[in-house]
Amino acid sequence: MSKLVVTSIGPASSVQDGGRPGSQRYGLVPSGAMDRLALAAANTLVGNEPFAAAVEIGPFGAAFTARGGAVRIALSGASRNADITGRPVAVDTSATLADGETLTLGFARSGSFSYLAIEGGIAGEPDFGSLAVNARAGLGSPYPRPLQSGDELQTKPASGAPERRIELPATAKAPIRVLWGPQDDEFADDAKKLFIDSEWKISATSDRMGYRLEGPAIKHLHGHNIVSDGTVNGSLQVPGNGQPIVLMPDRGTSGGYPKIATVISADFGRFAQTPAGRAFRFKAVSMAEAQAAARKFWELLRSLPDRLRPIESFDLDIDALQDANVAGYAVSAVDAATWQVTSPADISGPD
Amino acid sequence: MAATLPPPRLLPSGDSAITVEFSRNIDDAANGRVLALDRAMAATPVEGVTETVPTYRSLLVHYDPVRISFEALGEQILALAQLPVPKATKTRRWRIPVVYGGEHGVDLEDVAKTLKTTPDDIVARHVAGDYRVAMIGFTPGWSYLSGLADSLQMPRRQNPRLLTPAGTVSIGGVQTGVQCLAGPSGWHLLGQTAVRTYQLHRDPTFLLEPGDAITFEPVDTKTFAEQDRAAAAGEIVAELMPS
Repeated sequence: MSKLVVTSIGPASSVQDGGRPGSQRYGLVPSGAMDRLALAAANTLVGNEPFAAAVEIGPFGAAFTARGGAVRIALSGASRNADITGRPVAVDTSATLADGETLTLGFARSGSFSYLAIEGGIAGEPDFGSLAVNARAGLGSPYPRPLQSGDELQTKPASGAPERRIELPATAKAPIRVLWGPQDDEFADDAKKLFIDSEWKISATSDRMGYRLEGPAIKHLHGHNIVSDGTVNGSLQVPGNGQPIVLMPDRGTSGGYPKIATVISADFGRFAQTPAGRAFRFKAVSMAEAQAAARKFWELLRSLPDRLRPIESFDLDIDALQDANVAGYAVSAVDAATWQVTSPADISGPD
Repeated sequence: MAATLPPPRLLPSGDSAITVEFSRNIDDAANGRVLALDRAMAATPVEGVTETVPTYRSLLVHYDPVRISFEALGEQILALAQLPVPKATKTRRWRIPVVYGGEHGVDLEDVAKTLKTTPDDIVARHVAGDYRVAMIGFTPGWSYLSGLADSLQMPRRQNPRLLTPAGTVSIGGVQTGVQCLAGPSGWHLLGQTAVRTYQLHRDPTFLLEPGDAITFEPVDTKTFAEQDRAAAAGEIVAELMPS
């Protein structure tokens, strides 16, 4: 049996997969990958099921060492420098670590999360059909918590299959699309207009439970307490201070703040990848547009195996070169304070 | 022919869930209709529906927009919501042991002071209640109960605590609740139960269902400690009462 040993890792990094839906009626949130497309792309590169467990790596650097045999991996999601003992590894490609070799990942340069898929998957004991970490509920395998240095991920020896790259559509820079509701009637038209017309930034105190937004205060019509109701990934709830919080995969299953809008499912992964501090906007769309986008997103997920390409040496060089020259969105030392392990108090009490 | 029930509001929660809202308030009749629709949707599965989540006043219906549209699902939900609310046939009633006050319920004395009575009286009022599980939410097993006496209703704490113990029994606003896991809370902590409403690798993993009836029974610290050991070993220390 081969294994990948975590030699260094930052916070906000954990084993995630497609999550464990089905028990939200008991207060158990599904968790799962922040960016499902990137998870599926990484898994597809190494021949795994699209939503198999992989390592979700936060904005910081990380390093993994193969032990007990060769390990074949693939990286997708946020762009960052990556190399195996000096050989560059491009995002959206597979690569193989010989026994004893180390994969070193730099800080995320655009995006927040990378997915490190391992050929043959990660060995673990699923709970409710999932290995995804939900630290508050004590769930996740092989470790029911974020990863730490020294952790070991058991897997199968590398097959020796030829390495691949995957061709994904360019990430849209367009606004994040939302549907109004379920409680947009708790807000006046000018508050809704302000929400759409304003630039927003994701705050430094965000995590897998919720992304806090910074921007103008959105005022409620009737106060900020409603009777708790159910939440979804992308629920945009507005607490008393008027600064919206977007609920993420480790959210509470119910919440007592009015929800002005909801990020559409097709844009959720792209939203989750928005780095803290970068300005972005929302755009309200119709249900017809949102559902058409959901179908298109599903088609994209289904098409992933058809998007695999052989790696020719110049492909790798060009990718690596481009990767090394991407300007902007550098994660600074100040941003390093961003990904806190603790949860913001005002999204984590019962209502 | 029964009078037509007022239809619920169908509120989009994004493109993959509908909030079926029966009321804006905490309202036992609305909660009854939520639970009835939840049962109806379990009995008559609708293609594309992946999960339903009952809350006080609404049912959140998760669905796959690739398999069914908002409009088509909405029509089926409205039809199911028109079915008469059946009298709950067999309500399960649980007796939940609680050790009140002291380190197990650090707010008991303050609650008594605020409500200008004694801690014993607060315990008596809380034990006298006939409660229903209105919803389970927030974190695994966190059970929100309706039926709190008017004389125990008070606003939540100004400063929520970041960490409250597993098994805490608390009051907040018009509600009382049993939490399973340690976690943050802005409610007033009256006591603690050894009952695990959620326990991995136990059958059942989740003890309570929305709609279950709850009676609290005061126990002393020694009994609590014994029950806590038994519960940790997987025993269900809540008692199903004859109905």
